[in-house]
Amino acid sequence: MSNLAVRIIDLSVFHNRQPTLEDITLNIQAGSFVGVLGPNGAGKSTLLKVILGLIRPDKGEVYVFGEPPLRLRRNKHLIGYLPQRPLNNPHFPVTVLDVVLMGRYGLLGLGRRPSRRDKEIALNLLKQVGMASRAHRAIGDLSGGEQQRVFIARALSVEPKLLILDEPTISLDACAQDELYDLIRGLQEQMELTVIMVSHDIGAISEHVGDIVCLNRRIYLHQAPPIGRLGLEKTFGCSVEYLFHGQIPHRVVRIHDE
Amino acid sequence: MMSEWLSPGFMQNALVGGLLVSFVCGLLSVFIVLRRMAFVGAGVAHSAFGGVALGFLLQVDPFWTGLFFSILVAFLIEGVQSRGRIEEDTAIGIFFAAAMALGVLFLHFSRTYNVDIFGVLFGNILAIGPTQLLQVGAVAVIVLAFILFFFKELVFISFDEEMAWVCGTPVKALRYLLLAVLALVIIVSIYLVGIVLVSALLVIPAAVARNLTHHIRSMILVSTGVAVGATLAGLELSYIIDLPSGATIVILLSLLFFGATLWGRRR
Repeated sequence: MSNLAVRIIDLSVFHNRQPTLEDITLNIQAGSFVGVLGPNGAGKSTLLKVILGLIRPDKGEVYVFGEPPLRLRRNKHLIGYLPQRPLNNPHFPVTVLDVVLMGRYGLLGLGRRPSRRDKEIALNLLKQVGMASRAHRAIGDLSGGEQQRVFIARALSVEPKLLILDEPTISLDACAQDELYDLIRGLQEQMELTVIMVSHDIGAISEHVGDIVCLNRRIYLHQAPPIGRLGLEKTFGCSVEYLFHGQIPHRVVRIHDE
Repeated sequence: MMSEWLSPGFMQNALVGGLLVSFVCGLLSVFIVLRRMAFVGAGVAHSAFGGVALGFLLQVDPFWTGLFFSILVAFLIEGVQSRGRIEEDTAIGIFFAAAMALGVLFLHFSRTYNVDIFGVLFGNILAIGPTQLLQVGAVAVIVLAFILFFFKELVFISFDEEMAWVCGTPVKALRYLLLAVLALVIIVSIYLVGIVLVSALLVIPAAVARNLTHHIRSMILVSTGVAVGATLAGLELSYIIDLPSGATIVILLSLLFFGATLWGRRR
């Protein structure tokens, strides 16, 4: 039990009386790299927000490292999070270093300024994502791929054990996408993180992650291995075209009986 | 010239009051602009009219009734929009009109014709007395302490509220605190420029600074400088050529904004 990063039991979330997530039961092992796959509107972001505590479930229970998300946050055991659109205001007058330091604010507490140590941590993270040379540039001056790296550094600056990424590559070209996936993979291994990454990019996700959860309001499970065309078609609700990059790795969470 | 201008006691009060009010407006202005709260500011300012008129009716200091009304309306707007049923700008439009309408009724019932309604609407800093000066001073201390203490959190929630929450910042409490501070600043700004013109002091200084700076720290310095400079210059100008002081200050601020926009384009 203690090696579970996320434990979701019988979860349902409703939006305007319509279910966005229904009867989700899911365990994610600590240290795993899980891809959440599903079409638009499948509830992928909602699932992430429930794990983060941003959305309270209408039914069911959620535990992150054995604690409900709100208690986890109160105890300052924070989750690293890269939202889908991390820069709402591209002209916001702060530097790259300021942005990464923001992740430290909650740990610092009210009324305290970032110390030299916080700055060292932030600069070190920027180095790890390859953005140290940009530290004093305005955040809006960076390219999309560079910004994503900075926001990953911010997500890591809360000293998380769990990293949640919502469509991290959505606005990037193919080359920058591959680089970003490699970076995340490297960070995951190096920092012994549990990573949950949402995407609707089947090819990319199957190539880079350890396990796949297929989500379309419910969780679709399938026989192992490999994830067959049928399994994906069930998730996406239509026929799916995809290319194999070797065998698609995935994990059976529970055999479903539909 | 300068010494003559400084000599009468009421002018000294006006200068000190104007200086303090413009200082807090310049500071807060940065967060109003970055958080896109300009309409909230205008709405809360207008709803203060209901409170001020209630003060006239009950014959108590309009500072307190005005403050009560603007905090109440600010919290109502926040409460309604956070439930997600009504858009924020719709809520503002409804509440500030209702509060102003209440103000008109209060004035009607108070039947006092010796109150300076024009001063409430457009400012009359020359009428500021020791009590008002004390209020302005207290507000300045509170606002400065608030911004110094919560600076990093205010920047974070202005940048990205959802992320700030995930990183452990008490977002909801800060939103309400910021609204209460906004109401405080608005109430004392009414002495300087009046209900109708308050939003100029809350928005223009940071809008000017935004055109001229690239970092939030320099933005705050420039914004505060612009607010204080325009206020002192406006007071002097209005004294020398006998103009309404509040409107003069706002015109100067607007000219600065156009100048800064052109300057920003050139570069």
